[in-house]
Amino acid sequence: MKVLDTGRGELFLHPRPAADREWLRKNKSWALKDKVMDEKEAIDKFVHDGDYLGTELYGTVRCPMSLAREIIRRGKKNLRVAGQGIMEIEVLIAAGLVSKIDLTYLGYEVLGLSYVLRRAAQSGQLKVVEWSNAALAWRLKAAALGVPFLPVKSMLGSDTFNYSAAKVVECPFTGEKLCLLPATMLDVGLIHVHRCDVYGNAQIDGISGFAFELARASRRLIISTEEIISTDEIREYPDRTIIPYYLVDAVVEAPFGSHPGEMYYLYWRDEEHLKQYLEASREPHTTEEYLRKYVYGVKNNAEYLELIGGEEKLNYLRSLAKGR
Amino acid sequence: MEYNPTELLICVASRQMEDRTSAFIGTGIPMLAAALAKKTHAPELAVVFEFGGIGSLLELLPLAVGGSRTFYKALAASSICDAMEAAQRGLIEYGFLGGAQIDMYGNLNSTVIGDHNHPKVRFPGSGGANDIGSLCWRTISIMRHDRRRFVEKVDFITTPGYLNGPGAREKAGLPAGTGPYRVVTDLALLGFDETSRWMKLLAVNPGVTVEQIKENTSFELVIPDRVEENAPPSPEELRLLREEIDPGRLYI
Repeated sequence: MKVLDTGRGELFLHPRPAADREWLRKNKSWALKDKVMDEKEAIDKFVHDGDYLGTELYGTVRCPMSLAREIIRRGKKNLRVAGQGIMEIEVLIAAGLVSKIDLTYLGYEVLGLSYVLRRAAQSGQLKVVEWSNAALAWRLKAAALGVPFLPVKSMLGSDTFNYSAAKVVECPFTGEKLCLLPATMLDVGLIHVHRCDVYGNAQIDGISGFAFELARASRRLIISTEEIISTDEIREYPDRTIIPYYLVDAVVEAPFGSHPGEMYYLYWRDEEHLKQYLEASREPHTTEEYLRKYVYGVKNNAEYLELIGGEEKLNYLRSLAKGR
Repeated sequence: MEYNPTELLICVASRQMEDRTSAFIGTGIPMLAAALAKKTHAPELAVVFEFGGIGSLLELLPLAVGGSRTFYKALAASSICDAMEAAQRGLIEYGFLGGAQIDMYGNLNSTVIGDHNHPKVRFPGSGGANDIGSLCWRTISIMRHDRRRFVEKVDFITTPGYLNGPGAREKAGLPAGTGPYRVVTDLALLGFDETSRWMKLLAVNPGVTVEQIKENTSFELVIPDRVEENAPPSPEELRLLREEIDPGRLYI
């Protein structure tokens, strides 16, 4: 296959499926081991300075926020991020912990643009490589397949391609041009789910975003969960398990772990808190004040939930969730 | 009946979609346009949200493309790969787009103004836009119509339109027969000339002149001999928008 064009963006991690196979064989376990721990232990054990980190889902939805706040408190720095998440990625950037990002979109849709991204990108503090939404998901899919790249028909002809790390080749079967997306095997992935057992068998309600792919494209995987359920319950509904236990390294119980984001069927997003955050994020010093109060100012997720309004607020957010 | 420019824009956008087809929908105006189409001429328009919400009735306005309302009472709650791969296989007819800049070939910029590595202004980035603009059969852009947004050349092609002219999409390897179809603005409805692929004025909004359109566009448009006028929102369209689709007046 002849390479016809190459994007000028940096490839943060060269695909290495052979090395990943060895790594996964050595480090992942089929043993039924209790992996429950708190955020602090999970982040200390499985997130390191300089890691290539990815999160799921998107926007203000099912965000692993309790894990992101803990990463900030533990001061993990110089992170490279595959950025399809929004809230949780933005706070990491706001705390100055991200040096490079594979970016598709960082903004708040109806609520407007990201001031944090603007400042970080315009000042040059954050190095940005461009991708499309599907491209980032497909890059994870390639890693999940165990192959070095995936050919697609997106990104061709655009500057999004020119500032990515993709390649264009001629298809050996049809002769047409294809965009090759390099596989993304992350150092560490973070996913927030509805329920999970102590071993890490995790179930998600509603759309599954790209949880399936990201879970299989992470050398280390931390699951935070609204509740921990028994393995017997998992065995009642095995068809609901999107992430089986052998992919998982840590299970963190984090009720309202997506706050201020939403969690399908359980609680609606906290519009008031989101707007308060966005207002604070307009200026560096007010952003710092926010982080001091809501991240550094609390020890863990339980203290955070008290601070944002406790049971009364949580019940209110529960009452806004729509059923099936 | 009195109406505001946003209401007309939503009506014009909704009228572009045929029944029994599919549309990739983003949050905001496109969602309202799709909801209106479903309640008027296109009840079997299937709305697809990129993170996996498929076939929603749009009874509740989603606030995020991955939010729970994108699959509230939907037909399927699937995944981003499933939705995007359907588009890549040729199953999605319409796709909605927007951006900070659009040029005469319908290329869109939602990434940066100025140099990429030291941008003057950083925008959110592609999101699903590049995929939608690459893979859907016909794309509809929703834009505010002014000279800053309608530019000779976009600073950055986030999402490919007809690139630099006839045949360019196919040459770049994009699926044949795809591309920009309509641009709906607060002043007019535009399309693209079949041969030159230049943006072409199709219809002006009531009270808007062709002169005004030219003044608000930084490049030369194809102006046909006969320019239609967009019909104002009907009383029924307004009632649906105000009472059923967006009663909280989040957008209109």
